[in-house]
Amino acid sequence: MNLLFDFTVDKDTSTIYITREFAADIDLVWDAFTKAEMLDQWMGPKPYRVQTKEMDFREGGRWLFAMVSPENVNASGRCSLAEFVKIQPKSSFTTRNSFTDENGNPIDSGFTFSITTYTFKPGDGITTVHIAKKMANLAELEQFTAFGYKEGTAAGMRNLDELLLSLVREIKN
Amino acid sequence: MRRDIFQAIADPTRRAILVLVAVQAMTPNAIAENFDIKRQSISKHLRILSECDLLAQKQEGREIFYELKFDKMKEIDIWLDQFRKIMEERFQTLDELLFTIKNKKK
Repeated sequence: MNLLFDFTVDKDTSTIYITREFAADIDLVWDAFTKAEMLDQWMGPKPYRVQTKEMDFREGGRWLFAMVSPENVNASGRCSLAEFVKIQPKSSFTTRNSFTDENGNPIDSGFTFSITTYTFKPGDGITTVHIAKKMANLAELEQFTAFGYKEGTAAGMRNLDELLLSLVREIKN
Repeated sequence: MRRDIFQAIADPTRRAILVLVAVQAMTPNAIAENFDIKRQSISKHLRILSECDLLAQKQEGREIFYELKFDKMKEIDIWLDQFRKIMEERFQTLDELLFTIKNKKK
């Protein structure tokens, strides 16, 4: 099945827009984005994975999670915090994202915060998710993408290699 | 103090300067004429952009011209590409998870 994936960046407003279709109905996709036991299974960028420390999915509540290596180590000692600003069940939710220490206390990470809105559109066996991520500035994308990677650049370069390979494959096909 | 490209583009004036010098090499005075701010603060921005290795200086007679180092500007796009790649991988993992759950229910 060919599922839509769209990724655009508005550099003027420092906002990243992502649209992705998923082959499941809205109840399941909503759970995948809002329940800790499901998020922990898919959110980590490989080989890292997400480990939820706290989850309180309600307006004013928060999700605190660590990015752990395959050896179960949170090398950075930092955690990510998503505070739920607004929730419209099975329709949309907005988070304020920042970095914290292991207990969820704010730290000076060189990163201010980003605001992300997830919108869910039900379809026939397909759910479309729109994500708008507004950063304080695009420069912070570095902190954002590098977070959790102890070997930062090395892991980054490997991803880039894969990206280039996949682009080459796309061109060939 | 370590500076990088991300600090450079964090500021709107610096972004505007980059757009200007992307077209042609310019003297500090010519750059400053495009802005309604003190010459001093333009100098500061030019210094930061140089420290970020985004601007190169070349001397022509008594004038100094600033020009854009195009190869450095590509870095932000590399990060964007990488973020796109991370999101793509995450979603593929989610596809598999959704598939597994749906099969279990049947």
